[in-house]
Amino acid sequence: MNVPFGFDASLAVLTLAVAGYAIAVRESFAAVIAFISYGLLLALVWVRLSAVDVALTEGAIGGGVTGALLISAAAKVGNGVADVSRPLGRVGKFFIAFLCAVITIGIAVAFLSLPESAPTLAPLAAEHLPSTGLGNPVTAVLLSYRAIDTLLESVVLVFAVVGVWTFASDHHWGGAPESPGRDRPEEPLVFLGQILPPLGILIGVHLVWTGATEPGGAFQGGTILAAAWILTMVAGLTKPPSIGGRWLRFALVGGPALFLGIGVAGFVIAKAFLAYPEGYAKAFILVIEAGVTVSIAVALGLLALGPPGRRLP
Amino acid sequence: MTLLTDAFTIVCVSGGLFFFLAGAVGLVRFPDTLARLHALTKADNLGLGLIVLGLLPQSDGVLSATKLLLVWAVAQLGGATLSQMVARVAKDKTSKS
Amino acid sequence: MADFFFIAGALIVAITAVGLFRVLRGPDDADRVMAAQLLGTGGVAALLLAEVRGTRGAVDVALVLAFLAAFSGVAFVNASLGEGSGDNTSEHTEDDALN
Repeated sequence: MNVPFGFDASLAVLTLAVAGYAIAVRESFAAVIAFISYGLLLALVWVRLSAVDVALTEGAIGGGVTGALLISAAAKVGNGVADVSRPLGRVGKFFIAFLCAVITIGIAVAFLSLPESAPTLAPLAAEHLPSTGLGNPVTAVLLSYRAIDTLLESVVLVFAVVGVWTFASDHHWGGAPESPGRDRPEEPLVFLGQILPPLGILIGVHLVWTGATEPGGAFQGGTILAAAWILTMVAGLTKPPSIGGRWLRFALVGGPALFLGIGVAGFVIAKAFLAYPEGYAKAFILVIEAGVTVSIAVALGLLALGPPGRRLP
Repeated sequence: MTLLTDAFTIVCVSGGLFFFLAGAVGLVRFPDTLARLHALTKADNLGLGLIVLGLLPQSDGVLSATKLLLVWAVAQLGGATLSQMVARVAKDKTSKS
Repeated sequence: MADFFFIAGALIVAITAVGLFRVLRGPDDADRVMAAQLLGTGGVAALLLAEVRGTRGAVDVALVLAFLAAFSGVAFVNASLGEGSGDNTSEHTEDDALN
């Protein structure tokens, strides 16, 4: 059929065009908007490739947290041009362009010379799906077959938050980050901040719960929860928490700690690290997902807020 | 019965398409920020609304129909708030100049 | 029927891509936000059509995109455009000298 190919080709061209525009444009805010549009188009591309879980993550991260991060960064940087002391000459730019072209062509050649039926573990993954009690193979890979990767990722998030916090000056340590909202937010924004976050919580929890059988998962749900939280702060309805708060730190670390604890307990109750006992796999996976979702939501929200800048009251 | 619901779907979705087209054309061609905002809200409201309306008979079950309506409701809330904020910025700009 | 949905979805994406043209022209950031919103709503519509055609989970992606289009649009306008309205106490760095 000609129509699907035409549609896919146009979508691909459009995505590349928006990406090129995001790189080429000089004003920060225009680039951020282009980047968010690019993320949206990329989510559509993933759906066309039948990778709905990836589309969910792309939309949530690109439109949500990364978008908020870039927006606050652009607000701080403004529309100015970077002050470069020794700008790259034409030769330098040509050399870099040449290297990029070489790499791109190399990747294209490698990709096009792949065997027709690529070697894949998908049948093996699908074969063992019933033993995990899940219906979604992506969740099975993330939380059962390769659970160690997910555990390390959730720990890395905690390190990222700590890394962001180190940008605070000494006398601000323990305080709260600046609020992304204004002092007198507009009425429609306050209304949205009251109506949308509960819906966001509903959507986020739904994504985590349904990730067991349909596309979804802890990461996507946690990102939506983080976006709902950031929205309440943008609307001025809640204040950014101070980073020294005990509950905050507990929520941040709790998910990975729980994951690690269950992993170590796997030595005792099953036969290996991060192994689940027979028949209880799904229960353990859901418990882990619940913990990880909360930690991801807190971590991503804190990342978007940035380092503390307000003195402790 | 299926023929009737299919016809209803096709009519509604085509109507939604028409409003999307009107919105896009308006966004590109209208001379002024507020006018473009007017065009955008038509696409948001009626375009998506008609498409959701047309897809309701095609969904299997109350739950998925409710989900469709929820998508439309969320899009409405966001669009309405954004329109108000953009309109205020545009009004401030024109009253200053 | 499925063909009709596919063509409708394709047309919607094409139409809202036309609106992206406004992102290029501007002249204001407000216009760019509106163009991104249109693309977002178009994407949501296309995804709903895809769900009816059989892609499982597309309505969840549509829900996420609708929610985040609202979120990011509002965050963008709040941060970049409302300079004149409301009381802004966030500390802008002193060295964006080209502003």
